[in-house]
Amino acid sequence: MAIIERSITSTEVFSVATPSTSLGALKRPVASTGWKSWLFTVDHKKLGIMYSAAALFFFIVGGLEAVLIRLQLAAPNGKILNADLYNQMFTMHATTMVFLFVMPMAAGLANYFIPLQIGARDVAFPRINAFSFWAFLFGGIFLNLSWFLGGAADGGWFMYAPNSGPIFSPSHGIDFWALGLQITGIASLAGAVNLITTVLNMRAPGMSLMRMPIFTWMQLVVQFLLLFAVPVITVALFLLSFQRNFGATFFDVSAGADPLLWQHLFWIFGHPEVYILILPSFGVISEVLPVFSRKPLFGYPFVVFSGAAIGFVGWGVWAHHMFASGLGPVSVAVFSISTMAIAVPTGVKIVNWTMTIWGGKLEFTVAMKFAVGLIVLFTIGGLSGVTHSVAPSDTQQTDTYYIVAHFHYVLFGGAVLGIFSGFYYWWPKVFGKMLNEKLGSWNFWFMVIGMNLTFGPMHILGLQGQPRRMYVWTEARAGEGFFNLGMWNMVASIGSFILGIGVLMFLVNIVYTHKSKKIAISPLDPWDARTLEWMTDSPPKEHNFDVIPQVSHLDEFFHRKYETDSSTHSVKQVHSAEEVMAELNAHPDEHIHMPSRSYWPILLALSLPVIAYGLIYNRMLMAVGAAMTLLTMFGWSMEPSTSPDDDFDPPAPGEGGGHTKELSPLG
Amino acid sequence: MFLGSECLLFGGLISTYMLYKGRVNAGPQPDQIFDIPFTSVSSFVLLMSSLTMVLAVSAAQRKDERNMNLWLVITALLGATFVGGQVYEFTAFYREGLGFTTSLFGSSFYTLTGFHGVHVSVGIIMLMALVGMNRNKRIPGDRAEVVELVGLYWHFVDIVWIIIFTLVYLIPS
Repeated sequence: MAIIERSITSTEVFSVATPSTSLGALKRPVASTGWKSWLFTVDHKKLGIMYSAAALFFFIVGGLEAVLIRLQLAAPNGKILNADLYNQMFTMHATTMVFLFVMPMAAGLANYFIPLQIGARDVAFPRINAFSFWAFLFGGIFLNLSWFLGGAADGGWFMYAPNSGPIFSPSHGIDFWALGLQITGIASLAGAVNLITTVLNMRAPGMSLMRMPIFTWMQLVVQFLLLFAVPVITVALFLLSFQRNFGATFFDVSAGADPLLWQHLFWIFGHPEVYILILPSFGVISEVLPVFSRKPLFGYPFVVFSGAAIGFVGWGVWAHHMFASGLGPVSVAVFSISTMAIAVPTGVKIVNWTMTIWGGKLEFTVAMKFAVGLIVLFTIGGLSGVTHSVAPSDTQQTDTYYIVAHFHYVLFGGAVLGIFSGFYYWWPKVFGKMLNEKLGSWNFWFMVIGMNLTFGPMHILGLQGQPRRMYVWTEARAGEGFFNLGMWNMVASIGSFILGIGVLMFLVNIVYTHKSKKIAISPLDPWDARTLEWMTDSPPKEHNFDVIPQVSHLDEFFHRKYETDSSTHSVKQVHSAEEVMAELNAHPDEHIHMPSRSYWPILLALSLPVIAYGLIYNRMLMAVGAAMTLLTMFGWSMEPSTSPDDDFDPPAPGEGGGHTKELSPLG
Repeated sequence: MFLGSECLLFGGLISTYMLYKGRVNAGPQPDQIFDIPFTSVSSFVLLMSSLTMVLAVSAAQRKDERNMNLWLVITALLGATFVGGQVYEFTAFYREGLGFTTSLFGSSFYTLTGFHGVHVSVGIIMLMALVGMNRNKRIPGDRAEVVELVGLYWHFVDIVWIIIFTLVYLIPS
C-alpha cells in the first residue's frame, strides 16, 4: 500500500516479464495526454474531475425527468406521460439524483480536494480510486440502459415490496435497478475504504485531526457512514435480486414473508444515506463562509463533533420513515425522540455558520451567496423535517407532497446549493480560471427563486392531501380558493422551469469561461483562502505539492499569510500568497514517484455490468463476466502499483521547477 | 475497515435468517435435515485452518518462506475441504427436498451459508494467489504485511462461521 510518488509521468519502462504482459499482453499505459491518459489514469485530480463531470451529466438527465414530471402535473388530467411511464420517471428521477448525482459529485469533490487539503500527493490506493470511479460510471450507465430495454424501474426509489416483485413490475427495470445500484454500491464502498485510509494515514506532518480542514472532516464522517450503510443495502438488493431472478420468497407475503423486512433494511441504509448526501455540502460551506466573512469558522470543534454526532445518531432514526407501517407505540415513540434529537447537532451547525458571518467583513461572491442560500433554505427544510418527528403529524403527511417539499428543501436547498457553492469557490483551483461572477449571480437567483416556487407550494399541496406519486390529479377534488391545487401545481411547474433555466445558466457560464479569450488566468489565491489546497498552483501539478508543508495551525495557509498584532489584536497581512509559495518551494522535493497508470481498474469495473447483464438475460454471459473479474483481479494483484524505481531512470527532474517536464517513453 | 463493512453484510443476512427461521410453512424443517456431527467436523476443519493461517503469518514474519508457503497451502486445503463439505451438504439437503425456493427457511439458509461459502472460496483464491506471488517473488513491499492482511480476512470469515454455526445449526428452533 505504499504510495510512492514520481514526478515524471511518462518515463516508466515496463519489464517484459510482468504477468500483465503475459495475460493478454497488457503493458502499462503510458500516455500522459489525450483520452488515454484519462481512461487509465490513477491521478486523484483527473478522477475527481471525471466524477464531477459524470455526475453533472446525470444531474441534467435527472433534471429533465423532473421537468417531465412537473409538466405532467401542471394541469389536471395530464396527458404527457401515462401511468407506467410516470412511475418510471419519478423512480429514476430520485435514483439518479441520489445515487448518480449527489453521491458521486460529493465523491468527486472529496477525491479532488481531500488529498490537497491534507497535503498529500494522492490517495492511499490510487488504482482502487480509479476502479471506484469506473464502477460508478458503468453502474450508472447500466441503470439507465433499462430505459431502452423494456422500461426502467418503477417502484419508487425505496422500492417497497410487493411493488418490487415480478407480479407488479414485470419488466426488467427493477433488475437493472437492483444490479446497477449494487455496482455503484461497490464503487462507494471501495471509495470509502480508500478515502478513510487516506485521511487517517496521509496527512501532512503536523496536521492533527483537529487541524484538519472542515470539508475533509465532514467527508471523513460521510465515508464512515458509507462504509457501514452500503453493506446493508447490498444485502437488501441481493435478497431482491434473488427473489426476482431465482424465485426466492424473501418479501412474498403469500409465502409467509414479511415485506417490512425490506423497509427496515432499506431505511437502515436509507437514513444514513441522507446524511451522506448532506454532510459534504455542510463541509463545503463551512469552508466558504469563513473565507468570505474574513473570520475563522466559529466553534470549529463544535462543527466537527456535531458532524460526528449526526453520523452516530443517524443510525438510530431509520424507522421514522415507517411510522405509517404499524410498528407499535414503543418503537414509534423511541424513533420520534431520536429524530427530534438529531435536529440538535444540525441546529448547532446552523448557529455556528450564523456566528461565523456575524460581524464579518462579508463579501458576497457567488460562492458566498450559495452558501448563505443553503443556510436559509436548509433551515426551512430542517424545520419541516422536525414536524415529521412528531409521529401523529407524520402519519398525516406520509406519502403526500409535504414530504416531497421537505426533502427537496434539504436536498436541493441543502446538498445542491452547497455543491454549487463549491463549484464557484473551487473552479479557479481546478481549472485556473474563475467562473463569471455576473452570470453566476443570475444562476444563483434563478435557481433559488425557481426552487422556492417549485417546492414551496408543495407544502400547501401536501397538507391539502395531494399524494405523491399519483400521475394525475382531477379538477373535481382540487379544492377552493387559496388552497386550490390547480394554482399551486401550476406555480410549481413554472418554478421548475425557472430552476431549469438557472442550471442552464451554469452550463453557459462554464462554456463562456472556457471559450472566452478575455478571461485571464486567475490569480494564485483569488479568494484570500485559508486552507492547504490553495498553497499550490492552480491547477495543481500532478504531484500536488513540490514540498509537503509542515502544518502548525488550523487554517495553515491563513496563518502563513497573516500575523496577529498582540497589542491591538488586529490581524494584518504580512505575506502574499506568492511569497508563501516561494518560501515553501525554495527547496522542492526531487525524485517524486507518483503511482503508475493502469489498465486494470477500468477492466475490472467493466466486468461488473457484464455479470449483471448476464444475470438478467443469459447465464453464460455471467460466467464470462465472472471469469473476466477473476482474471482482471489477478492481473491487478500481479502488477506492482508503482513501476520499479529503475523504470523512472533517468529520473533527473533537472532543475527545481522541472517536475512537469515530460520525457518520451523509453520502452 | 472493509471487514467492519462485512460485519454489517452478514449482520443483515443473519437477521433475515433469524426472522424467517420460525416461519417455515412448507418443506423440511431445520431439525429434520441438519446433520450436526457432519457439520461439526467441517466446522472443526475450518477452525483448524485459522491455526495454520496463524502459523503462516508467523512464518512470514520470520521471513521463513518455505514454511510460509507450506502453511498457506495447508490453510487453503482445509478451506477447500470445508467448501467441499458445504457442497456435499447442500446436495444432501436438496435431495431431502429443501430447494432454494421451497420455503423461506430454504431461501434464507442457502443465501446465508452460500454467501459464507463464497467468502471462504475468495479466501482460498487469495491464499493461492499469495503462494503464486511468493513463488515468483512478486509480493510488493512488506511481504509479512500482505500475508497478515489475508490472515485477518481469513480469521474474520472463520469467526463469522462460528456465529452462523451456533445460530443456524446448534440453537434449536
